[in-house]
Amino acid sequence: MANNNKNILEVKNLNKEYNSFKLKDINLSLPKGMIMGLIGENGAGKTTTIKSILNLTSIDSGEINIFGMDMKEEAKKIKEDIGVVLDDSFLSEHLTPKDINQIMKNIYSNWDEDLFLEYLKDFKLPLKQESKDFSSGMKVKLKIAIAISHYPKLLILDEPTSGLDPVARSEILDIFQDFIQDGESSILVSSHITSDLEHIADYITFINDGKILLSKTRDELLEQFGIVRCSKEDFEKIDENDYEKYKINKYEYDVLVSNKKEFKRKYDFKVIDKPTLDDIMLIYIKGEK
Amino acid sequence: MDIIISNSVDTPLYEQVKEQIKNKIVANELKAGELLPSIRSLAKDLRISVITTKNAYDELEKEGYVKTIPGKGTYVANKNTELIKEEQLQKVEGLIDTAVSIAKISGITKKEIKEMLDILYGEENENKQKSIKGRKV
Repeated sequence: MANNNKNILEVKNLNKEYNSFKLKDINLSLPKGMIMGLIGENGAGKTTTIKSILNLTSIDSGEINIFGMDMKEEAKKIKEDIGVVLDDSFLSEHLTPKDINQIMKNIYSNWDEDLFLEYLKDFKLPLKQESKDFSSGMKVKLKIAIAISHYPKLLILDEPTSGLDPVARSEILDIFQDFIQDGESSILVSSHITSDLEHIADYITFINDGKILLSKTRDELLEQFGIVRCSKEDFEKIDENDYEKYKINKYEYDVLVSNKKEFKRKYDFKVIDKPTLDDIMLIYIKGEK
Repeated sequence: MDIIISNSVDTPLYEQVKEQIKNKIVANELKAGELLPSIRSLAKDLRISVITTKNAYDELEKEGYVKTIPGKGTYVANKNTELIKEEQLQKVEGLIDTAVSIAKISGITKKEIKEMLDILYGEENENKQKSIKGRKV
């Protein structure tokens, strides 16, 4: 019987402490064929979480399960089917894509040369030019081409779109959606540019100060949450159980509610806005309860 | 098939997709038995998440507009005309309800509204087809 588990990635109670930073009880599950966006401020723990998942840094406790296997025991086997794009490139910028192809052929048993060349063509990357002369967008696309030319089932990317212009970012989102077309492969992608993930990510996981504050489907988060904008008097009428957090601004209160439909039924407030991920993040981080 | 997604309206994305496909089915632009795009390819073309698209298809299925055959795809269901009419009726009732509330606030009489209806109906009778398709959400 094949592995029945429909989650490609499962993280259970991951803890890690180093220097003054702590990852606390991180739990994640990413189903087959889906994109999960990991969002949070700089320094919130996104990169550490990703490195822990990839076994690139030791963890204090917890369990990482990928393709139904334990990362501690089967790291080598698991990594054959993972594609990774990290901030620091491990390949010299003096290499051309052609050189890289030669190197990768020797590293991955299932490296597909033809597929790699096809991606280079699709992404409009020159074969015989050193990558140091590439634009930032081209460099990221090259990294992605390298990461997906051995048919990985899980693609993990740390801040791939940071520093890119909107056109390049949008092209990269297209690549992501192509990658999950088969319904078998998944993507875990971190970003602090939340607008990139707002539409295409199926799941949004919001990490802050080493803890996961929220992990929900995009639709639950962006279609059910709402921001009530009201006066102080009105705010005082709201039951404490009916909101998540609130933030006091100069002229109004911003109140984050997790079910705006129900809220509307119960209270007669005029302004309930559809939030963006940034709004939700901001009220969670800066707000009170 | 045109599906237009707006970010500036309050309507959830899955509902926008659902409503537009539904309108095409009601207007017979999408015909019974026709194969809809797969969830994943539609998600990609609309640049929205797979789960959002799946939510739209699930709702359409729940309301009887489409039928999913596992491993094959999602098809436009054989139309249950009564069901569609019932739904449209509810929609009309809702809108009239709103109209009546506004009328009451502004002191517009029932008679005036009836006259309005007569006039509107008179116009639309000439182009019945249009009245079914015409309303844009």
